[in-house]
Amino acid sequence: MENLLKWCTDVLSNPTWFYLLTTIAKLVVVFAVILAFVVLSVWIERRVAGWIQDRPGPNRAGLPLFLLQRFGSKEEQPLKNLLRFLGCPPDGVIARLCRWLRFDREIPTFGLVQPCLDGGKLFLKQEITPSYVRKFYFILAPMLVLGPPLVSAAVIPFASWVQTPFGEINMCIANLNIGPLWIFAVSGLSVYGLTLAGWSSNSKYPFLGGLRATAQLISYEVAMGLSVIPLLMVFGTLNLQEIVHSQAESGWTLLPLWGQGLSLQRWLLCIPMFISFIMFATCIFAEANRTPFDMAECETDLVGGYHTEYSSMKFASFFMGEYAAMVIGSALVVTLFLGGWSIGFGADAALASCSEWLAVACQFVTFLIKLLAFIFFFVWVRWTLPRFRWDQVMKLCWLVFVELAVLNIVLTAVIIYFIH
Amino acid sequence: MRLSWDFRLEIWSRREFNWMRPRGRGRTRVAGEIMKTTKTIDMPVATEAGLDYLRDDADMPHELMTINMGPSHPATHGVLRLKLVVDGEEIVSCDPVIGYLHRGMEKIAENCHYNQFVAYTDRFDYLAPMSNNIAYACAVEKLLGWELPERGQAIRVLCAELSRISSYFLGLGVYAMDTGAMTAFLYCYEEKEKVHNFYEKICGARFTSSYTRIGGMTRDLPKGFEKEVLAFCDSAEKTVDELKRLLLHNKVFIDRLVGVGVITREMALQNGMTGPNLRASGVKRDLRKTNPYLGYEKYEFDVPVAQEGDCYARFQLRLEEILQSVRIIRQVCDSMPSGPICVQNQWGVLPRKEDALQGMEELIRQFMVSTQCVNAPAGQVFFAVENPKGELGFFLDSVGGGLPNRLKMRSPSFCTLSILPELLPGHLISDIGAILGSFDFVQGECDR
Repeated sequence: MENLLKWCTDVLSNPTWFYLLTTIAKLVVVFAVILAFVVLSVWIERRVAGWIQDRPGPNRAGLPLFLLQRFGSKEEQPLKNLLRFLGCPPDGVIARLCRWLRFDREIPTFGLVQPCLDGGKLFLKQEITPSYVRKFYFILAPMLVLGPPLVSAAVIPFASWVQTPFGEINMCIANLNIGPLWIFAVSGLSVYGLTLAGWSSNSKYPFLGGLRATAQLISYEVAMGLSVIPLLMVFGTLNLQEIVHSQAESGWTLLPLWGQGLSLQRWLLCIPMFISFIMFATCIFAEANRTPFDMAECETDLVGGYHTEYSSMKFASFFMGEYAAMVIGSALVVTLFLGGWSIGFGADAALASCSEWLAVACQFVTFLIKLLAFIFFFVWVRWTLPRFRWDQVMKLCWLVFVELAVLNIVLTAVIIYFIH
Repeated sequence: MRLSWDFRLEIWSRREFNWMRPRGRGRTRVAGEIMKTTKTIDMPVATEAGLDYLRDDADMPHELMTINMGPSHPATHGVLRLKLVVDGEEIVSCDPVIGYLHRGMEKIAENCHYNQFVAYTDRFDYLAPMSNNIAYACAVEKLLGWELPERGQAIRVLCAELSRISSYFLGLGVYAMDTGAMTAFLYCYEEKEKVHNFYEKICGARFTSSYTRIGGMTRDLPKGFEKEVLAFCDSAEKTVDELKRLLLHNKVFIDRLVGVGVITREMALQNGMTGPNLRASGVKRDLRKTNPYLGYEKYEFDVPVAQEGDCYARFQLRLEEILQSVRIIRQVCDSMPSGPICVQNQWGVLPRKEDALQGMEELIRQFMVSTQCVNAPAGQVFFAVENPKGELGFFLDSVGGGLPNRLKMRSPSFCTLSILPELLPGHLISDIGAILGSFDFVQGECDR
């Protein structure tokens, strides 16, 4: 046992092994969380849509208890036995409440299994590859859509760092000094997925959808890149972990309510930051191909857009790609503008002085809560607004956003010049 | 003898088999030459219709592209097919192909007596079945020269306005969905469902009502019906208000619709457009006002007219007309007369069931009406009503007896769609949804 511990210590003391092991652990955690969030955001979408539209949404999909019997359980009614075990009367208030909540028939999951079942359904569906498509690109396209959002998650910090006896663990898979650039570069690759899907399907509606997607994504890439520059000017760094850290110390970009953030200079800087936030969030909507910017798959004129010819799991990977892009986009907005993992009001430093691991855990949870809130916002917008027309989307980008972003950069520069 | 018969059969079947087999090298090749990305498509059996569907009619190769929108497409509300030639996203020409839902209704009418055809009228504009029933019954009654008692007329007005509200709500909801606002659709659908609940209470069916008969209705209104309808009026007004706040002042919605699909007064009149689509182009024509029927002159309501003639005006106008219908319904419910609902003392109207079971005369009458319907005089008559989709007219040619010699419908959706080749060029593909949605047409009525 002692030998084993010593071996572990030896391995961890080696900086290369330490780095490798911690990175693998972080990778597993982050990808598990993101994939779980993709599923969760599908559920949120359905439930919030139901809520907005005065209908229940998927609330029924529980695990039916008759499955127990099918798998050989002799217990006919687990609920009855449980109530008897707890000593509750079978006609009492508790029993009736349980029956009203359908506990006697199923294990309730509030519809959470619905997205999983949908995934299973898509997995089991017939896979059709039409005879007239370009096979190689047709198969490549869904991968190119799902891959980039997952890869770009690597630079997003999900908590601060921890000092261990063997070295520092930074709670960010790759603590690059070019964080936002990496994200723009990688998420720009998903354009290829949509373009190839539209082109290789060799059919007219996907062709138009692919064209629209290409034009839209490339244009909004420009606007997105420009809109975030004022923020980088304020923080003076491209390292996302450092950006979040300075937000934790001196107030979130949009809510400077503590530390140095209470100064007049910071509040003046909030004006360009707010403009930049609005533009950036809108660009994220466009990049994630969501209503009101879902030109590429707008079902009322292009049937399904670029994924019209896809079925089964290939379609599902487009579907997941869209949600993954939404999750990553939300994570980016939260990181840049809403303080990332920081709890705020100096709580981060206080917790870290108590225990670094506790601080990291709290920060991780805070980050996820903020992420959920922004995903909710995404869904809310989708079910409220009508869709733009294609030319209006392009006009909005090139005639409004690009100009506004440039002006915003100038404004920020002027404010920074006068402050210092 | 028997052998030769078998032999002939065999020859026939072989001939048929040969006819069904694809000619040439077993497969017909259809090459698309316009899009560079188009490869050769192997069709197992290229039928004439299939070839037509794949034919590229664009004039300039490598510049234009032919797109078939429909017959099964989310924007076309049914089985309308648009043959579009597009230059990029811009429409160069449009050729609407209709008839995918043709059921030969007008021919069917010649072979069933007047009452039997009522059930077919449900299937014309299937979003407002009651209105069609009423229009048809009124047309036949005009031929017979019958006048309904007051209560019968009031019930018909009530039903017509209810179905107008239901049809408008669905039209607006689908229209909103075509522009991407899914939620408004469900809000509208809720109201439409309420009207369908009323249908169920009135006639027993939610969708295919078949409520009217020549000279009256199948049954009277249930007790306490007016009160429920009045409650519905409040909720309908609330929903209209909600829609106004949700969409009418929405920047995205306005940008999508203002100035899109502009139909001038002249265009609308030349194409014989009627109903809200005509009124949105600045023509004040509503048959309820100009040629009042069923006692519409007794009720106070306005005819909203818009001058712009674009998609936004049509949307606004429909919202306004719902409010006017609500106004009419309130008046009808407040002044609902009592009395009979059917024409009295006429051959051609079913007697009360109790009477038929006891009296000889009534039994004979029941038998005669069920089998031979009315004995209509010879002559020709045209009667049109203001339906939710426009003016629905019936032309009846009678040579006497219970069957029409000829029935011809003037269907508003058909006239509305005829404007498409003139209207669509110059618009973008994305506008098609908005324009078709704003017409609020129904294919069952267009194809008949």
